[in-house]
Amino acid sequence: MEKLMNNGGSNGAKRWLLLGLVLVAVVSAFSGMINRYYLGVLVEAGVNVTLAVSLNLINGYTGQFSLGHGGFMAVGAYLAAKLTLLFGPALPPALQPVLFAGALLCGGMGAALAGLLVGVPSLRLRGDYLAVVTLAFGEIIRVVFQNSPAFGAATGLSGIAPWTNFFWSWSVALVTVYVVLALVHSTYGRGFLAVNDDEIAASAMGINPVRYKVTAFVVGAFFAGVAGGLFAHLKRAINPEGFNFMRSIDVVVMVILGGMGNTAGVVVAAVLLTLLPELLRGFSEYRMIVYSLLIITLMLLRPQGLFGRSSKGGRL
Amino acid sequence: MLEVRDLQVGYGAITALHGISLRVEKGSIATLIGANGAGKSTMLRAISGLIPARSGSVLFEGRELLGQPAHEIVALGLAHSPEGRMVFANLSVEENLRMGAYLRKDGAGIAKDRDYVFDMFPRLKERRAQTAGTLSGGEQQMLAIGRALMSRPRCLMLDEPSLGIAPMLVATIFEKIVEINRELGLTILLVEQNANLALEVSQRGYVIETGRIILEDECKALRDNPQVRESYLGGH
Repeated sequence: MEKLMNNGGSNGAKRWLLLGLVLVAVVSAFSGMINRYYLGVLVEAGVNVTLAVSLNLINGYTGQFSLGHGGFMAVGAYLAAKLTLLFGPALPPALQPVLFAGALLCGGMGAALAGLLVGVPSLRLRGDYLAVVTLAFGEIIRVVFQNSPAFGAATGLSGIAPWTNFFWSWSVALVTVYVVLALVHSTYGRGFLAVNDDEIAASAMGINPVRYKVTAFVVGAFFAGVAGGLFAHLKRAINPEGFNFMRSIDVVVMVILGGMGNTAGVVVAAVLLTLLPELLRGFSEYRMIVYSLLIITLMLLRPQGLFGRSSKGGRL
Repeated sequence: MLEVRDLQVGYGAITALHGISLRVEKGSIATLIGANGAGKSTMLRAISGLIPARSGSVLFEGRELLGQPAHEIVALGLAHSPEGRMVFANLSVEENLRMGAYLRKDGAGIAKDRDYVFDMFPRLKERRAQTAGTLSGGEQQMLAIGRALMSRPRCLMLDEPSLGIAPMLVATIFEKIVEINRELGLTILLVEQNANLALEVSQRGYVIETGRIILEDECKALRDNPQVRESYLGGH
């Protein structure tokens, strides 16, 4: 990792990370003063930022079209929830954050393993074909959980501890943003963009495209898994239907709307798309129509994404 | 330095190269001329491992290259500047050069070679922070050559450096190719449609037609060969 981070510009990124973490801590301290409903939306926005920024590494920077994020999220959500359900009750409250952190990590690692399994077909497939394979893979994961009594089968898991708060959600989001930015801005990480731009030319430079594609899948899936764990401890109940391919599509929309390969844009889009359905509650049953129309309008006005300069040319 | 023996390459049922053999002597420029679709790019791609070969042998400094992945062949000292100026469109000029040195760890050496490329192509220096996709065709070709040099190869394969470039720049680029060969002692295998220029700067020449070498000789002799004059040099 040190080699990856050891690059010009990452010092600035480190400062931003610290500043962000301080800000998150301060807001957390005063979170009691924020309306519970708004707070809940903000926490969910943090989870979505993690999902979208990690998918952006795969779809935006590396140019692989994955529709598997819902599946990776499911792996993380189920693993983390199962762990805290098993060990949570027996633990003294002081150790609960440790268990939560451990469970999130395990969820992330489980999802990373799933990412490795999906990354392998990506060596031979590209574009639409890869999208179909990742979509199918996500569905397989969902169906496996649906048929596992240990994971509650179709009813899923409930009674999960409500541990995901503003602090956890946004700390993870910040770390995800930091890791993805530090990764793609390192000399090593420029390889992701090179593979995206031109795989043949990248090979001719001595870059191993296979390694980059698999790395993108593994790192992206890891953070999707952690986000899944946060999601489970936010909603307190999870079931397989919550991780169907619509979930993956939601994340893909955030990435496209934000601008492929543009982390700042993707963060804004993830927050915006979390807030929008809430803000549109006034339209009651027409809410999703208005939401869809807004997305269509945005795409027509800014096909390169909110912040994107070209289809994938953003520098952040 | 580089020796290709009876190389056969096919795409599915189609055979693109029917047993090609050629040699590039150390320190020389060799050229392969031929029309569109004759198999020139296919040959370079098979040598550098970008596409698999059916049979034959490719020896680089006595070492067999066939069967090795492309990214490991670069590490052996054989660089390939692919056809169509495949620069990394979304990276800056400087980042493109840095990617050329992807396998190297010597920061000081990399900076020195980058300056060498900038000296050779001042245009690239002026545009060092610019995104490569916004460069002109000629500038992208300079960048593709410069980027290939950044791996500090002992042998460089150039695929159609004159393709789609303003005629004035073509002359400049060929001058630079000769300069690279003389100053760095780099062995070069040049693949070209522009037979005139290619035969002028090279020592040994090969003519490829539909996947077969039909002629090989010293370039001087090839330029006087009636068949070559008729088919490749405009018949004068």
